[in-house]
Amino acid sequence: MTVSPDLDRRFRDAAVTMGLVDMGFDIVDSPVGLLFVAASDRGLASISYDTDPEQQLERLARIAGPCVLRSPRSVDQARRELDQYFEGKRRAFDLTLDLRALPPFTVSVLQKLAEVPYGETTTYGALASSVGRPHAARAVGTVMNRNRIPIVLPCHRVVGASGNLVGYAGGLDRKLALLQLEGAL
Amino acid sequence: MASVAIPPFEHFYEQHRAEVFRVLRRRVGAQRAEDAFQETFLRALQAYRRLEHGEHLRAWVLTIAGNVAVDTLRRVRPQSELVETGAEDDRPAYEELAPLTAGLSPKERAAVVLRYGYDLSYDQIAAALGSSEQAARQAASTGVRRLRRRST
Repeated sequence: MTVSPDLDRRFRDAAVTMGLVDMGFDIVDSPVGLLFVAASDRGLASISYDTDPEQQLERLARIAGPCVLRSPRSVDQARRELDQYFEGKRRAFDLTLDLRALPPFTVSVLQKLAEVPYGETTTYGALASSVGRPHAARAVGTVMNRNRIPIVLPCHRVVGASGNLVGYAGGLDRKLALLQLEGAL
Repeated sequence: MASVAIPPFEHFYEQHRAEVFRVLRRRVGAQRAEDAFQETFLRALQAYRRLEHGEHLRAWVLTIAGNVAVDTLRRVRPQSELVETGAEDDRPAYEELAPLTAGLSPKERAAVVLRYGYDLSYDQIAAALGSSEQAARQAASTGVRRLRRRST
């Protein structure tokens, strides 16, 4: 006799409703592949193209605490907004973000990144200048590479000075697909 | 001192949910097993953040389940006596130490074994027993005193 999917779901919903979960996660389908999405009561904390929970759960526990639980409910809003984005019906996200445990430089770069408009691109150097560190283009590249919340924090809109795409933690195919979706290419 | 890391709750839940559900079905019946299951893991989740290490989590969650089962049966038959669990094959892991602690009340025995056998903290034991931290402390110390008296 095993736990029915219905009972399992009820437990997970109750855990979130009662505020007992440090970080809830679920897998979300998208045109650029499956996404591992995690949110806390502070907001969206992570989107990853790597959906292997083994890697992800330990990482989330280090950020937020050990009460990490799969729960569709906790990522409902993120799922809805991502769906709208991929349908071309949403150009900006209204999600609050959980940027806990990130160094100050990373946070300031990500805040500037969040201001890069839909359908436009900027460069690593320009982003570095915008946080007052004009020579830190390489460090900005590292921040992009480790961006915990890609898509919503649009590191796909950051390209090289010569206009080439340079790189993307999720693979260049995905960067290309996102920029094409936004009509930037 | 190195101790076993506390796994993310999802792993803990996946690892133990089937066994917990089986135990609860046997103890409280199919009709009430679902509510008892939910309550067991909600209690565990509530106490999980305060765990100090990841050892003996199976014994811990089965103790919580056993306690939820007792509460459930008590609610159903308020006049009946406590259900004896000693002879069942779904004994919680802590009852492996039963011979040493025979003669104590179930609560004292659980408190003593979880404290001194498994080295759990009092708030963890409280969560397992569904009582206050102070009551857990009390049960453990009364139990130990009783054992000392018996061994002299």
